[in-house]
Formats: sequence, C-alpha cells, structure tokens
Amino acid sequence: MEHASYIISQVINGLQLGAVYALIALGYTMVYGILRLINFAHGDIFMLGAFFAYFLISRFGTPIYLVFFATMAMCALAGYFMEKIAYKPLRNAPRISLLITAVGVSLFLEYFCSLKAIFTPDYIGFPRPFEVSAWNFSLGGIDFSFTNVQVLIFAITFFTLALLYLLVYRTKQGTAMRAVSHDQETVALMGINIDHTVSLTFMVGAALAGVGGILYGIAYPQINVFMGIMPGIKSFIAAVLGGIGIIHGAVVGGLIVGVSEVIVSAFLSSTYRDGVIFVILLIVLLVKPSGLFGKRIDKV
Amino acid sequence: MKFFLESRRLILLAAGIYIVLKLLFSFGIVSEYIQQITIYVFIVVLAATGLNVIYGYTGQFSLGHAAFYGIGAYTSAYLVKTLGLDSVFALPATLLAGGIMAGLVACVIGIPILRLRDDFLGIATLGFGILVRVFFDNSDRISETLGGSRGFTGIVKLTNLEITFVVTVFLLIVTRNLISSRYGLFWRCIKDDETASASVGIDTTRMKLMAFSYGCFLAGVAGALYAHLYTFLHPSNFDFLRSIDFLIIVILGGMGNIAGTIWAGVLWVGFIEGLRIVLPSNVLDLRWVFIPLLLIMLMMWRPYGLMSKKKGNG
Repeated sequence: MEHASYIISQVINGLQLGAVYALIALGYTMVYGILRLINFAHGDIFMLGAFFAYFLISRFGTPIYLVFFATMAMCALAGYFMEKIAYKPLRNAPRISLLITAVGVSLFLEYFCSLKAIFTPDYIGFPRPFEVSAWNFSLGGIDFSFTNVQVLIFAITFFTLALLYLLVYRTKQGTAMRAVSHDQETVALMGINIDHTVSLTFMVGAALAGVGGILYGIAYPQINVFMGIMPGIKSFIAAVLGGIGIIHGAVVGGLIVGVSEVIVSAFLSSTYRDGVIFVILLIVLLVKPSGLFGKRIDKV
Repeated sequence: MKFFLESRRLILLAAGIYIVLKLLFSFGIVSEYIQQITIYVFIVVLAATGLNVIYGYTGQFSLGHAAFYGIGAYTSAYLVKTLGLDSVFALPATLLAGGIMAGLVACVIGIPILRLRDDFLGIATLGFGILVRVFFDNSDRISETLGGSRGFTGIVKLTNLEITFVVTVFLLIVTRNLISSRYGLFWRCIKDDETASASVGIDTTRMKLMAFSYGCFLAGVAGALYAHLYTFLHPSNFDFLRSIDFLIIVILGGMGNIAGTIWAGVLWVGFIEGLRIVLPSNVLDLRWVFIPLLLIMLMMWRPYGLMSKKKGNG
C-alpha cells in the first residue's frame, strides 16, 4: 500500500502541474484555431503574469483575489497590444513570417524583461500569500494528501475553465470566435468584425496564461524571466496532443503532459522528463494526426 | 571533371573570396575573434542551406534543425577524441562521419514523422529537438567523454579557414546542382503541391525523406566543423533557439534561394556579432532587445525575405 499511495501522490502532483499547462495550452489552441499561428510569445505572457503577481503581492500587499483580477487584466492588455502591434500588420503575409515575428516578440519580451532596470535576469522568490498546509485522507487503506496549494490550483483552474466554456459556447462573442476559426472570409461577409474577434481571442488567451503564471508562482515559488520558454513549448505540445483548436483537448493534453512529466521524474530520472513528452506526442500524431479529440481532416 | 567545368565561375568567385580572406587573416588585419566569426559564418550558411533544402525547396517545415547540427558535432568530436585522430588530414573523414550520422538519424526519424504536414511536422521536429537535447544532457551516462550537461570539453581545434571554405563551397555547389537535377525538380514539385506530385508518379515519401536526410547531412557536416572550431560543446548550443536561428536565415534569404541564404547568413551573424563590438559594454544587455525588434521590423518590411522582389503585404 506504501507504493500505491506514493503513485497517487505523484499523480496528484502531476495534475497540479498539468492544470497550469492546461491554462497555457488554452491560449495557444484558441489563437491557433483563429490565425493558424503558433504564438511562441504566449509562454512569455505566462511569465509576465507571474511577475505582475509578484509585484502586486510583494510591493503593494494586494489581497490574493485582487491579484488574480489585476493580473488577468494586465495580461489581457499585454496580449491585446502584442496582437495589434506585431501580428496585425502581418495578417496577410505568409504564415512563416508571422511565426518568425512571434519568435521575435518572444525574444524581445524575455530580454527586455531581463534588463536590470526591469525584472533583472535573476531568480526571484515568489511570495506565497498563505502558508502551505496539507490534509490527509485515507481511502480503502491507501493514504494520500492534498495541500491547500493543490486545492487552490484545481479550484481556480476549474472555475476559469467554466467561465471560458460559458464565453465560447454561450455568448455571441464566443460564437463569433468559433465562426472565425472555421472560415474568415465568410464570417467577414456576415458582418462580424474579425479584428475585434481576434483581439478578444488574444486577450482571453493571455488572461488565462496570466492565471497560469500566478498559480505556477504559488506552486513552484521561484520565478525568472526565462521561465516561460519550456512550459510554453510543452503547453503547445499539449494543445497538439489534445487536438489543436479544441478547448477540452487542450485541457486533457495539458493534464497528460503534466502527469507524465511528474511520473517520469519520480520513477526514472528528472532529466528524462522533457524527452517523454516527445515520445507521447509522436505516438499520438502517428496514430491520429489531428490529436486525441481532433476531427478527421484530410489535409492537415 | 565536368563538375568543375560547369561551375567554374562559382569556383573562381570562391577562390577570389578566399584570397581576400586569407590576406586579411595572414597579415593580422583582423583580430583572432573576427577570424573565428568569419569561419563561423560559413558553418552557419552551410547548416542553413540544409534547412533551405528541407523547407525552402521541399516545403517540409522543420523546427528541429539544430538537433542534427548537434548530432554531427557530437559524432565528429567523439570520433576525434576517442580514436585520437587529431590531425587536419583526418578531419574530412570525421566531418563526413558527422554528416552521415546526422543523415542516418534524419532518415530513421523521417520515416515516421514526414507523414505529417506543415505545423504538425514542425511540432514533431521541435519535439525531436527537445529529445536530442535531453539525450545530450544525459550523454555522460553512455560515455564519460561526452560530458552530459557539463558539456563536451577538450576537443582538438582542427577547423581552419581552408577546410571550412573548401567544404562549404563544395557542398553548396553540390546542393545547387542537386536542386537543378531531376531530384531537385521532384522536391520543388512536392513543395508546390504534394498531392499533384504523387498523382504524376513522383514517389513523394522517398523524395521527402531524401531531401530531409540530405538537408540534415549538411547540418551534420556544419556541426562537425563547429565542434572543431570552438572546441567545446554544450547541449544548450543545440536547443530550440538555434533551430530558430537557421529558420530566420532561410526566411530572410527567401525560401528556396541559395544565394539569399548566403547573404542572410552573413548579415545575420554579422549583425549579431557586430552589435557586440559596436555597443559599449554597459549597454551590451540591450543587444538582445534590439535584435528581436529588428527581426520584427524586417518581417513587416519584407515578409517574403530580403532578397525577394515582393514587398509588403499580399
């Protein structure tokens, strides 16, 4: 039973990490759905979210619930300007130029923020707004425990996802988003403002990444301006894994990536954890190129 | 013999460039540092040409080119170190070994992943890049010589201007000829329309695999040259950003344009290293703030590459 409870606790840790990946993956999947753009700068919005939260907590002593709203607003603003300044002028250019621009934006955000006058390139301890405590449970002889950090992460992620579902499937704006991802030209003829819809998508995605940044800071309390690179890439892989452009696919993909990463670190070696994701990705892409939840497409 | 006759103008041009560079180097007009950068430019151009064959000519999107560059570098460095081949005359053999290793790995990995298209292929190659990085990080478990995450140290410095120049020019001419050959025609067909190419009887799977392996072979040779130039390899030299570097050069030069790749390689490396010299040391941090901004502006100004006649949107 010792062994079983160890596995369960590792799975819970994996879900904790996976929830953060899921939040980032949603932004990737929504932007890709609309513009067919791998927005490499998305991981850096996640980093900005963590830093905004850091400054709000440590400099201004903002209460935690306000931190969430303020960070989401600031990240949404960052996403809005990113799209307006860098991506909009290239909307009709070849997609590869857009991708290179996204890499440019990503590098700019990282190195601009690592300037001494901005966030500095050092690791900074993230101030946890509360003490960590754990609750122990026993189910059928298997012991396991939840920390309050994990409960917070699951609750916030679940709540945010519910809001996102309402937005995408129950509002006019959400319908517009889904329509634009199907056929931009027809949608424009129907009198839907594509520019507004794209901006909104970027803002929602950025806000979700911001939430991910705060949660990541609370769970792994060390932040750095380059912290967004690997989670960014892994989240994109998660989005592809679940089927790009599909919201629940991104969530499931994120959880799979998070859990497998933690399990491999726990049972093999933490240095192999980045490799296993590729193996999973490769298997999924070869068996089902459109991802776990993707519809069959003839030409991908 | 026909090979040399047909490309005699290029060879003459290359010889001219070589004489100018050699004069600059041997009279000490340029510093040791600039000499190294000059050799590095050739290496980058060679690797970027490999990506150009894969992406620019055959249309197979790869975000993991640096992985093959790294495989070539590690293979060659390992061979030289374990077999004690520390003479310039053995270098061509180890360069070839590095290239062949990269090409073989590309062939094995290409069989499954080249079935994917566009961004999905990009993500698969990106993932492969991460996997290779993980492998390099853990390579000290296989052999202590490889150094793992501490880096591969103590590689003999063998790369000089002559060998880099000859290898790069030779492979560029071979690539040019290959592109205008029957196979090159097939590659370009596949880029334009894969389904149509298959329908006129082109074996698209084989042709794609061939282009991918050849491109990665070039990257492997370039990586081997790199290993013996800087004498130190670290897994972080071959990560995602390096792949992006090659991609930037291909895009700036214009897809499917070898001359463009050469110019873009010279300009890109020249600009990055030039800023290091021009900027005063107290604002050196700003270098990587300027570079992405320049990149974004270039993309807005010339989305089809610097050498392309097409301007602006559309």
